[in-house]
Amino acid sequence: MTTWPILSVLIWLPCLGAILVLLAGNARPRLARWLSLAFTVITFAISLWMLFQYHEGPGGFQMQEKLRWIPGINTSYHLGVDGIAVALIVLTAFVSILVVAGAWEVIKDRVHQYMAAMLVLDGLLIGVFCAMDALLFYLFFEAILIPMFFLIGAWGGPRRVYATLKFFIYTFFGSIFYLIGLLYMYHRAGTFDLPTLWNFPFTMQEQSWLFFSFLIAFAVKTPMVPVHTWLPDAHVEAPTGGSVILAAIMLKVGTYGFIRFSLPILPDASQHFAWLIIVLSLIAIIYIGYVALVQPDMKKLVAYSSIAHMGFVTLGMFIVYMLARQLHDIQMAQLGVQGAVVQMISHGFVSGALFTCIGVMYDRLHTREISAYGGLAKVMPWFAAFWVLFAMANTGLPGTSGFVGEFMVILSSFTANPWIALFAAYSLIIGAGYTLWLIKRIVWGTAPTQKAASMPEINTREGLVLGAFAVAVLAMGVWPWPLMHLMDSSVAQLVTHLMTSKV
Amino acid sequence: MISLNDLLVLLPELYLTAAACLVLLFDVFINDDQRDATHWVGIIVMLVAIFLVIHGQPPQTVTAFGGMFVRDHMAEILKVTVLIATILMFVMARPWLKDRKLFIGEFYSLSMFSVLGVMLLVSAGSLITLYLGLELFSLPAFALVALNRESKLSSEAAIKFFVLGALASGLLLFGMSLIYGATGTLDLHRIFASVGTTPHPHLLQFGLVFLVVGIGFEFGAVPFHMWLPDVYEGAPTPVAMYISAVPKLAAVGLAYRLLQVGLGPLAGDWHMMLAIMAALSLAVGNVVAIAQANFKRMLAYSTISHMGFVFLGLANPTPEGYASALFYAVCFALMETVAFGVILALARKGFECEMIDDLKGLNRRSPWFAGMMAIAMFSLAGIPPLWGFAAKVLVLKSAIDGGMLWLAIVAIIFSIVGLFYYLRVVKVMYFDAPDEAAEPLAAKTDPALRWLLSINGLGLIAMIGFSGVLYAWCQAAFGA
Repeated sequence: MTTWPILSVLIWLPCLGAILVLLAGNARPRLARWLSLAFTVITFAISLWMLFQYHEGPGGFQMQEKLRWIPGINTSYHLGVDGIAVALIVLTAFVSILVVAGAWEVIKDRVHQYMAAMLVLDGLLIGVFCAMDALLFYLFFEAILIPMFFLIGAWGGPRRVYATLKFFIYTFFGSIFYLIGLLYMYHRAGTFDLPTLWNFPFTMQEQSWLFFSFLIAFAVKTPMVPVHTWLPDAHVEAPTGGSVILAAIMLKVGTYGFIRFSLPILPDASQHFAWLIIVLSLIAIIYIGYVALVQPDMKKLVAYSSIAHMGFVTLGMFIVYMLARQLHDIQMAQLGVQGAVVQMISHGFVSGALFTCIGVMYDRLHTREISAYGGLAKVMPWFAAFWVLFAMANTGLPGTSGFVGEFMVILSSFTANPWIALFAAYSLIIGAGYTLWLIKRIVWGTAPTQKAASMPEINTREGLVLGAFAVAVLAMGVWPWPLMHLMDSSVAQLVTHLMTSKV
Repeated sequence: MISLNDLLVLLPELYLTAAACLVLLFDVFINDDQRDATHWVGIIVMLVAIFLVIHGQPPQTVTAFGGMFVRDHMAEILKVTVLIATILMFVMARPWLKDRKLFIGEFYSLSMFSVLGVMLLVSAGSLITLYLGLELFSLPAFALVALNRESKLSSEAAIKFFVLGALASGLLLFGMSLIYGATGTLDLHRIFASVGTTPHPHLLQFGLVFLVVGIGFEFGAVPFHMWLPDVYEGAPTPVAMYISAVPKLAAVGLAYRLLQVGLGPLAGDWHMMLAIMAALSLAVGNVVAIAQANFKRMLAYSTISHMGFVFLGLANPTPEGYASALFYAVCFALMETVAFGVILALARKGFECEMIDDLKGLNRRSPWFAGMMAIAMFSLAGIPPLWGFAAKVLVLKSAIDGGMLWLAIVAIIFSIVGLFYYLRVVKVMYFDAPDEAAEPLAAKTDPALRWLLSINGLGLIAMIGFSGVLYAWCQAAFGA
């Protein structure tokens, strides 16, 4: 047992770092960079320490901290992690280092503010995954909008102001109904403490209303069709680091919300409306796949492919009801949830890597048009190798992390209904289609312009960042067992919990 | 028979009366270039007043002068906040006043008398004290708005404020006379007791409507909001800051005393009136604010929408409802001081920094002030982790507990609309390049202003952690 508040340290250490980096000022960009790197590395080290402190066997919520916050409304500063949260926290801390390193010389203007925003995001995102109090969760969930708003708006592309306002107002619109839902839950249950809410018997009608109030927030954040339109805009305009954080971590906040709120608090409404989520997920997988196919802009293509991949996550989560409650196939149900979480983690690595790759290319030619590139294999062979690896992971090639999650979700949905599996598996074809075609156009062939033919090879820093991503993608693909083992008992507990009806 | 005990209960008010007169006298005997002395004396007077309010606060509610004056915890919280807001105004106003040759002693004594009015008002135990406090607060405030005699806009604003304020207090007085007619007493507790037994219930309800109108004027709630934008725009910026913070606090006290202490049994009648005013204020305030190019006018409409949030709390006539409204008003007052404080810090001689576009590229010219303004804007928009979020959660919660889910939903829908204009200010400061012709920022700002503004701004973040403590005080003030 640890005696020091490890989770609080994980949340507030990067925020402290942000203050120090801001104090370093605009005049000392070197100091700002090294400070932020130091803080992200220390945070990652602490998150690994937390990983080793976590006992997989018993599962449940460990390393809990509870302090009074607003006793008048029974809300507290309550933190705790289970296997799923631990995995996501380590992912967040890991990606944050790479984002800071990735922005090293790329960001030249107001470095201290950029780095501070990244550090704050790091801390707040970890906070989202630790929160065990509904209001505290909401606080972190909303607060991440502020640094992201600055990141896109201040360091983004030409339409950055439009994109960032759309991003902020869109997600705020979603989450404000969720706040009303939370307050209604408080009105009924008299507390914001999640463990109490998980066991509180809401009636079917209440569950249905609450389900939709939560759904708006999480669907926007995930994003699910049809409320996904902010994502391509935000991605295209965001700076590379912003895109990476957005795709790798922030999208997971929405699906994590489903795991923490919709599934356990509203099991009956979730079962009742599972078909809706499954249909929306399948639409995301197939339709958005086609949309990705026709994008002339690389970032847009990867952004749409993210939406399609998140479709797998929501599919895996909601297929559980069919398996657990109708077919009583607990093992398959667990596989579905586990597949969803593995997909979340894997997509974090893969999409982060892809956006980093695009950033590397953008730094050289200052365009994201696919047609402006070609023949990377000859011009930048090392870089091309990374590109192909991450593209393969994106299509779900066995041996890469992308395969594990998708396979688990498809397998469990096949047990539930072969038709669903058929549609879901279609993504393997369409995903291969848009990714391979992208590779064909930019990696093979010949460079369209002289400038594209004379791009310098990646430097050591870029190589290290991409290498770190590559190691993670391959490690997870070849040996996913540690990750599965980490969350085994937490997933089992979740599935057992949502098998019991509340009405 | 006046006893010494009565006087002791009234000590902070008596002290402030004497002090305000002394400051007025003191100022006569010093030269213009010694005016800083008046400034510091004014601040010390206010600090001592805070000390007297807190130190002399009895654990239980006590009354003086046969129930005319009530000293309870609600009054304590309101008085302390009003005094703090006034100190903030004094400190932040000094460079502004100096630049415009308005650095005169009257500013201090008028403010003190006005604050004294608020202190009487929130402690009122009878309709007479209440009205007296209201007038004592308003008359110096009218004069303060007209402080800059040279400015036509200022004079216009003062006249508008005066005429509409007189109308409002006339309506309030008329309502009071009807209540008196129906119940035969001016004492709020006795009014409460005789509501059920009065032979003229309709007269009472008729009076109630006028009281609610008067309260609506005081808050600046729609449809009684017309004076607010003009006064904000025309008043000297420090006075606009005062008008944005202090009367709202006073109005919470006014509403509680009149509606709950006096006419609590009629809650079934007035809570719907407040709910409708809340919905209208939220709608009109937020939508019209989008169209404003003048920052002070924008803040005026934003104030209107925030008064809608305060009404959300008041419309739930339970201790929790009042506590959340009180919490909201305190939080709102201290958010406004930051927003106006940044404007005051940036204003120079001949440059008011009133337009939103004047803030263009502020992050590049002065990152610290831009940060403070961004904190104020996010807090006003109710984004966590800022104080405004806690306040918003509490009033929304009390609306839902009061069975007005529809009102909570109206509130959040319009707060999405409201988000846009707060974000626009942040956008202008951070994402736009400064104009070539923009007024350069003077090398140094008044250090007192800078420090106090920083404490105030960072406090908006820190207070999210201490919301529990403040809310517990607010709850205790209403016996929850």
